Amino acid sequence: MTPQEPIAPLLARLRSRVGSDQLVTDPIELATYECDGLAQYRVVPPLAVLARSREDVRAVVAECAAAGVPFVARGAGTGLSGGSVPAAAGVLVVLATMRDVLELDAANQRAVLQPGVTNLDVTRAAAPHGYYYAPDPSSQQVCSIGGNVAENSGGAHCFKHGFTTNHVTGLEVVTPDGEVVEIGGKAADPPGYDLLGALVGSEGTLGIVTKATVRLVRAPEVVQTILAAFGDIETAGAAVSQIIAAGLVPAAIEMMDALAITAAELAVGCNYPEGAGAVLIVELDGPIAEVAEGLAEVERHCSESGAFEIRRALDDSERARIWVGRKSAFAAVGRLSPDYIVQDGVVPRTALGEVLGDITTLSAETGIRVANVFHAGDGNLHPLVLFDAKVDGQLERAEEVSARILDLCLAHGGSITGEHGVGIDKLDAMSKMFSDDDVETMLDLRRAFDPEGLCNPGKLLPAPRLCGESPGRRKGAHPLVESGLAELF
Amino acid sequence: MSELLDDLRRGCPAAAAREARDSEVLGDVMPEVVAFPRSTSDVAAVVRVAAHGRRTVAVRGSGTKLDFASQPTSAQVLVDLSLMCRLLEHESGDLVARAEAGARLAEVNGVLGLARQQLPIDEVVPGSSIGGVVATGLSGPSRYLQGAVRDLLIGVTVVRADGVVAHAGSKVAKNVAGYDLAKLFTGSYGTLGIVTEATFRLRPCPPCRCFLTASFPDEAAMAPVLAELLHSQQALTAIEVDRRTPLGPISISALLEGQAGPLERRAEVTAKVLGGASACDGPPEGWGSLPGPVTLKMTAELSFVPALLGLVRELSTEHGLSPVLRGSAGTGVLFAGLGEPLDPTAIGAFLADLRAGCHLFGGSAIVLRAPVAIKGALDVWGPVPALDLMRRVKQQFDPERRLAPGRFAGGI
Repeated sequence: MTPQEPIAPLLARLRSRVGSDQLVTDPIELATYECDGLAQYRVVPPLAVLARSREDVRAVVAECAAAGVPFVARGAGTGLSGGSVPAAAGVLVVLATMRDVLELDAANQRAVLQPGVTNLDVTRAAAPHGYYYAPDPSSQQVCSIGGNVAENSGGAHCFKHGFTTNHVTGLEVVTPDGEVVEIGGKAADPPGYDLLGALVGSEGTLGIVTKATVRLVRAPEVVQTILAAFGDIETAGAAVSQIIAAGLVPAAIEMMDALAITAAELAVGCNYPEGAGAVLIVELDGPIAEVAEGLAEVERHCSESGAFEIRRALDDSERARIWVGRKSAFAAVGRLSPDYIVQDGVVPRTALGEVLGDITTLSAETGIRVANVFHAGDGNLHPLVLFDAKVDGQLERAEEVSARILDLCLAHGGSITGEHGVGIDKLDAMSKMFSDDDVETMLDLRRAFDPEGLCNPGKLLPAPRLCGESPGRRKGAHPLVESGLAELF
Repeated sequence: MSELLDDLRRGCPAAAAREARDSEVLGDVMPEVVAFPRSTSDVAAVVRVAAHGRRTVAVRGSGTKLDFASQPTSAQVLVDLSLMCRLLEHESGDLVARAEAGARLAEVNGVLGLARQQLPIDEVVPGSSIGGVVATGLSGPSRYLQGAVRDLLIGVTVVRADGVVAHAGSKVAKNVAGYDLAKLFTGSYGTLGIVTEATFRLRPCPPCRCFLTASFPDEAAMAPVLAELLHSQQALTAIEVDRRTPLGPISISALLEGQAGPLERRAEVTAKVLGGASACDGPPEGWGSLPGPVTLKMTAELSFVPALLGLVRELSTEHGLSPVLRGSAGTGVLFAGLGEPLDPTAIGAFLADLRAGCHLFGGSAIVLRAPVAIKGALDVWGPVPALDLMRRVKQQFDPERRLAPGRFAGGI
């Protein structure tokens, strides 16, 4: 298959700017890029470019800008919201091929990274110096730093250590007009607007990051982890409330319900206490004396709340054994159900109990099972909605349940996504969380960076509600309303 | 009565408004009227009136940092947020609080303290309002552990230049829905919109605090100690330096917080690093305050902090100045305060050399605040990378340049 207009002339120009081995035009090879970690959205791009340098990225973006062709950046492709799904008539810029740790500067507590470096490789590079990279999404073995920056990735340890946005001090960005802009660096507080804050979490819609400078965190003196088993989710939730009320700040507080535990047992034999209706994993890190005292207090709160068994990891391998069930939970539900939806929503932590109760009711009403795994410290739920696509109507019901869970999150003042992003998957939900004015204001930022709308189009922000709308803020009545072609409802 | 005042009273009857007083001059710009909105919708109404008449708008919280950064070149309507001073929401179990922009930081923390929680932003300038802290992005010593203002802010309500109310973020700390406009507004000096409400994540109040202070004769003596503190595993809340005269001794203070028992052990370990230190449960004099009245803000990569102190010492001698140096050695953000006599020529030359040095150290130098007469003679911002992108952001958010024009970098 030969690429069509306008890709064909663009391809011809790119041949003189990047190596021919970097240009992917073979449909079978291109099909490997058709989706990210959320496989329900698939688009095979007409052209992919395997970038090896900033210059490659600049060349591709500049040519795209000149030709008015959209482009989409892709890191490791592990995203869970369709954020890096290619544009049907655009260019996919693959950054997984830029994976050098450019500098490990322990004295300044910074690492300078190409975007394709995996999250875990940053910690691996920093570890010999006594440092680590704090944000740790579950996919950290494969997900890339560029993707982490785009999604503002979190992980299990955000409650204490924050998100990607709290750990990026510098970015080199190819803006949608093909310019290279350096924002920040190793020092704090670059003068001017906080463009770093705007870029991190912008889901690749404001430019393509070609270099990131991140903060390294001193490894704690000690890390201690406990697993506490409870009869039901309510008592486990009560323990979390007590821990927070006591002023403790654990590095992580994770919870799994009975169904998630069953799945993990089937998949990895994690050997959690038998009969547990819920388990809590609580991890503390810091100075030895402080962690010892904190851990005793955490255990006391768990016991008082009704934990029937508490296990303390005595070494790294025991800690790994506690975590394996939690970390495998997403994939593990495959043992319980042929198909499942991974949802990602956030509620104020104090609303957890009520929302979980509502999810149980919802599950009973619809006959759709929901396994719950979540970051209890910050109210980030990951309900796993189980269904069988071969059974007529189950997919639709599962999607309905999944959507209604987000409605529950919003009803309690929460968020439609805590870490997986909006991508294409949650464009509708964005309109429920934010008003048209909110979205329009966000569009102002997008237009500042990408007036032509070529950079990862169709992601993150919902399109204006009436079709035929051209970009730009409007005042007064919508032209289609004014002209009688449309009515507002 | 002026036409503008009349328009305001008609367009927003809920907000009190009056003609500006001489004492309310902003630099050398005299506002025509001052409006006192009581709610976000009042602010929106005021801004709509201003937008309709193409009037410029500046904002005042408690008015403690109006002399920061550049002065606006025009400010016909001064929006005073001091009546918007409520703590709107505090759910202790969620470790989140939402406050109106005019609420004072100290008062908010007073209320949060009743639940043994805090918004861990130091009150660098006494009397600061929440909105002022957000608009200037001014963080103090504890940013070393707790993060800067932008790291703690999780949601904002803003009134745009056209008077439309918009929100970004939410009241849950973990949230990646939409652009993080809260960060963009932090430190934007009211040039992109008016922040009327802000939501923050909180931290528990530590039961005990311990300040450790030690003195060193020069940069060479303090450098290895600072490096070791940065590498410490004792979870320090802050690492500050203070040098009162250019050639004088340098004191390093470390703050530790936590439960009494473990704190004692952590302080012991840290005191050893400092080579013996005086311990105190209250802050040393000057802690977290800005030296002045001319205050320069300097940044550098962490390992260059001692070199930056050395540079300031050399430049002080060269330019015949005697700055007080203070700041967060742990994050590489320092402040130089210049006192009387204020000679704009000498300060300008000092600033230019300092700026070149900071650039070599990977950072920057700006004039954070100065008396109007001095500021006019200084290049407040110096070179700002990515300025073109910032102009484009401004162009989108405030195309008519009516929000505090000239207050920001590059004349934005």
